[in-house]
Amino acid sequence: MSEEAAATLPPVVGQLKDRFGPAVIRVSTFRDNVRVLVAADRLIDMLSYLKAEAGFAFLAELGGVDYLGYPGRSEGARFEVHYVLLNQETHERLVVKVGVDDPDPILPSVVSLWAGADWMEREVFDMYGIRFEGHPDLRRILMPDEFTSFPLRKDYPLRGRGERHNFPRITRDES
Amino acid sequence: MAVTRNGGGAISGASRPVLTNRPGAGLPATKGGIEVPENVILTTVDSVVSAARKFSLWPMPFATACCGIELMAVGASRFDIARFGAEVMRFSPRQCDLLIVAGRVAMKMLPVLQRIWLQMPEPKWSISMGACASTGGVFDTYAVVQGVDRFIPIDVYIPGCPPRPEQILRALMDMQAKIQAGGSVFGTGLPELAEREKMLAEKRNLPVGLATARERGDEGRFGYKSPGGDALLGADETR
Ligand code: SF4
Repeated sequence: MSEEAAATLPPVVGQLKDRFGPAVIRVSTFRDNVRVLVAADRLIDMLSYLKAEAGFAFLAELGGVDYLGYPGRSEGARFEVHYVLLNQETHERLVVKVGVDDPDPILPSVVSLWAGADWMEREVFDMYGIRFEGHPDLRRILMPDEFTSFPLRKDYPLRGRGERHNFPRITRDES
Repeated sequence: MAVTRNGGGAISGASRPVLTNRPGAGLPATKGGIEVPENVILTTVDSVVSAARKFSLWPMPFATACCGIELMAVGASRFDIARFGAEVMRFSPRQCDLLIVAGRVAMKMLPVLQRIWLQMPEPKWSISMGACASTGGVFDTYAVVQGVDRFIPIDVYIPGCPPRPEQILRALMDMQAKIQAGGSVFGTGLPELAEREKMLAEKRNLPVGLATARERGDEGRFGYKSPGGDALLGADETR
């Protein structure tokens, strides 16, 4: 990141760097987004701090990404989970990202901080198989319960593995 | 006292002639040689029952997506499905005899669709409306069933995305023609489907996907033979 871009960063980024030091792995911007990549073991600390002390009390979005085979990406974890926070006083937004890797992606749940994260974490689990430790009810939310794959993983074929046609046929004689 | 054309005044019960006001008009006679009076039509019970059924279809609108909106338009005054006697949309399958699958069916929804079909009383018919219900349409993904006819019997298909209301009315008329042609009092569907379903039932025991692939033979996903074969889709994906 260039010097002048650093100069335009919101003050909260400096506060995070001071407070969390090396746990702030990378800060980047895209248009007016500010993204902070944090180490997984300090994730809850950082989100609690942002919520309680820095004014970013509103979790606007929680989502996942699978970077498997992503062009131009040679390092970093396979999955990333991002938390889009909103400061309702200043209307600033901040994206906190955390990487998590195969084969057993596990992250701490933020349901204790924001109850609204409940279904969003279930969706990330449903689509990517990232498990959230401490989630009260981590079940599939969109796919049927008997589904065994995680469909938004990049190594899962778009057309599935035949699950969509795994049903009995009903013929005229039987109905 | 009025004199009838039959020339009789008081008619005795035993010699009562056939009532017709056009003697010698060449009216049809029954097998026994009895002339049929005017305004009486000879037909079969099957045919009468079919005619009654075809003009009082009660649709079950299984509207899962955008096609459902077009189906609503057909029910409204401009297109007015009531002209065909099918305006009584019922939202309980127990009261319906025409299933209209309007929209894409996700794999989570298919067991529901099958259950609704099983809950409908005989005689019953089904229309697959739109590209999605018939083939999966543009939604060729892991979660969308590529044609509901893989899992329930379908009588009439409507192409289009979405089909125009006129197409739906056309399908309804086709449905009526089929009911008239193929219906019987005991009403167990259309005979021309029986053969196909027998074939499907034979394939029941094959592994998932294989049955459909065999049934297609060397056709590609879109139902015609592509000159160099269907290169893009592997056996795994076509199912
Ligand atoms: S066929 Fe077109 S209009 Fe109908 S459900 Fe599919 S996408 Fe919607």
